[in-house]
Amino acid sequence: MQKKSSVEIVTEWDIVAARQLGRNKAKEIGFGTVDQARITTAISELARNIYLYARFGNIHIEWIEEGDKKGIKIIAKDKGPGIEDVRKVLEDGYSTSGGLGAGLPGVKRLMDSMEIQSEINKGTTITITKWLR
Amino acid sequence: MSLKVPILKLYDCLIVSIQWELDDQMAMMFQEDLLSKLYETEAKGIVLDLTFVDFMDSYIAKVIGDAINMATLMGAKVVMTGLQPSVAITLVELGIHLNSVSTALNLEKGLEQLQKELGV
Ligand SMILES: Nc1ncnc2c1ncn2[C@@H]1O[C@H](COP(=O)(O)OP(=O)(O)OP(=O)(O)O)[C@@H](O)[C@H]1O
Ligand SMILES: [Mg+2]
Repeated sequence: MQKKSSVEIVTEWDIVAARQLGRNKAKEIGFGTVDQARITTAISELARNIYLYARFGNIHIEWIEEGDKKGIKIIAKDKGPGIEDVRKVLEDGYSTSGGLGAGLPGVKRLMDSMEIQSEINKGTTITITKWLR
Repeated sequence: MSLKVPILKLYDCLIVSIQWELDDQMAMMFQEDLLSKLYETEAKGIVLDLTFVDFMDSYIAKVIGDAINMATLMGAKVVMTGLQPSVAITLVELGIHLNSVSTALNLEKGLEQLQKELGV
């Protein structure tokens, strides 16, 4: 099995491609159906945010190991407008696009960890991980 | 590349079963199709079966939730059925509450519930 793979987000359908790749990886690593759904959903949210707010970007998915722990790491990267106030986007219901604003706070709850790096006019990198239990 | 979600009419109800993963366009098309079918057929109720949906993100949840609200506005009763445990868990963790929606465990129970709600 390939340890790393990635999907370029250019069109709407790449969102589907990214989440399908994520689901397959999660399955290969051994995640159960609930975690597979969590991981698939998290990827879909990040890929959609790239498509909506940055237009282009990349979703990178890799299998991670630490001691005898196994897990999945997803890096969503774009060179878009960046996020002005990272704390604010983690509040439930905050949206600049009339969405539910459930995306980012939701992703944080679905995964074990989430890290947002963002710089105005340079872009955003969001890294999320989940460990197999 | 988009496949349509089939919408069947049975007596005065529409039966809709989403059988494959929806992309954004399919989701929007589904919303429109459902409402125009409702208008054309003058159906009184809708059973929306999600047995085969194995994941839902905030976008798809919003489209489905909106479709249900719109159908209700048009005067139809809607029952959502067959939500998988993994989907129910991720929806709640995402923070999406489809509170006002009537639900049932499976298609059969959903139809019974709808008949009851419609008073037939
Ligand atoms: N990659 C990104 N680049 C720039 N801004 C972003 C990016 N991702 C998110 N944002 C900003 O963060 C806000 C919150 O994102 P979040 O995904 O939580 O909600 P949403 O996309 O607005 O709505 P939902 O995801 O519920 O449909 C967005 O409205 C947008 O302003
Ligand atoms: Mg979003």
